[in-house]
Amino acid sequence: MHEWALAEGVIKTADKFAEEQGMEEVTEVRIAIGELQQIEHEIIEFALDQMRTPRMKNAKFVIETVTATFKCRKCGHEWKLDTGKLDEETGEAIHFVPEMVHVYLKCSNCGSPDFEVTEGRGVWLANMKGRKRD
Amino acid sequence: MNDPRLAIIPDRFDKIKRIIAVSSGKGGVGKSMVAVALALALRDKGKVVGLLDLDFTSPSTHVILGVEGLVPHEERGITPPVTHGLHYMSIVHYSTDEPVPLRGSDASNAIIELLAITRWEELDYLIIDMPPGIGDATLDMIRLIPRIEFLVVTTPSRLAYESVRKLLVLLRDQNVPTIGVLENMAMEHYEYIEAETRKTGARYIGRIDFDASVEASIGHPKELEKTKLFKRLQAIISSL
Repeated sequence: MHEWALAEGVIKTADKFAEEQGMEEVTEVRIAIGELQQIEHEIIEFALDQMRTPRMKNAKFVIETVTATFKCRKCGHEWKLDTGKLDEETGEAIHFVPEMVHVYLKCSNCGSPDFEVTEGRGVWLANMKGRKRD
Repeated sequence: MNDPRLAIIPDRFDKIKRIIAVSSGKGGVGKSMVAVALALALRDKGKVVGLLDLDFTSPSTHVILGVEGLVPHEERGITPPVTHGLHYMSIVHYSTDEPVPLRGSDASNAIIELLAITRWEELDYLIIDMPPGIGDATLDMIRLIPRIEFLVVTTPSRLAYESVRKLLVLLRDQNVPTIGVLENMAMEHYEYIEAETRKTGARYIGRIDFDASVEASIGHPKELEKTKLFKRLQAIISSL
């Protein structure tokens, strides 16, 4: 599952960041997930739990969803993703490679595929809390 | 904070012995054909080979292989399907035959995403069909996969070579391992490419004569294996 690959990246990045910051114990990892990718929260939470490193033994993983919004480069129209309108095949392609949105979606005003994903693409570490070494 | 995808990309290539990017400064030099033929020739030598088509806006290796409707397997990421004995990954698994209109940053993001989620088996070789030029894909691969080696394809055309020369200079200046330059669709008694390649310090691997039967082999890998291009590549492999 794709969620597992993302969880693996999140854990590695968070652990490296904690190491660089001299954190002995990580207490909270806040992860922002763009809506575009339609990540299953239950799966990524399970995957994160399975991959905990020793310093994340008791860490709380908090997942925030960021709404996907688009802006057309041609006509300037702005709109939000309507996941209900995506068929299964399209949703699956965008789930694996979010840029495939340019293959399957068009500006809802002028029909152009040349639009920007202004928010809600990808997965990133928003914040971390922990205890530093004495 | 850092992009979590970048942390796992190096691990994804751990089980691959050699990673060869078939590249060119210019399109239309037969790069995809060379990439596919090279992958098949290595497979014929008993090697375990992967083929990755990174030419997202104009993917064509699936056309050369004559495959469609392949679906990667999902298991903690995605595993490339195997076709014609090659572990094969292409954006067409997701875009089908629709146009993929991507701007630079989107193309870069799509490449990073695909590299991060694709779990390759143990491979002797991964052959990558690169998009032409020295844009996002080339810069991303140099940045993300330090072990990558470039095999540069050109035609005898001075126009093609002018772009190839810039690619060679970039690779040299960035200390990127470069196997050398392969002259495709070569003309007799024409030494220009060989002489110019040597001036850059790169190795001139050899020439593949123009072979009209290559076009007719598109979609039929078994026919491709009968072409002079394929037999020439089989001979060249030992020097890679």
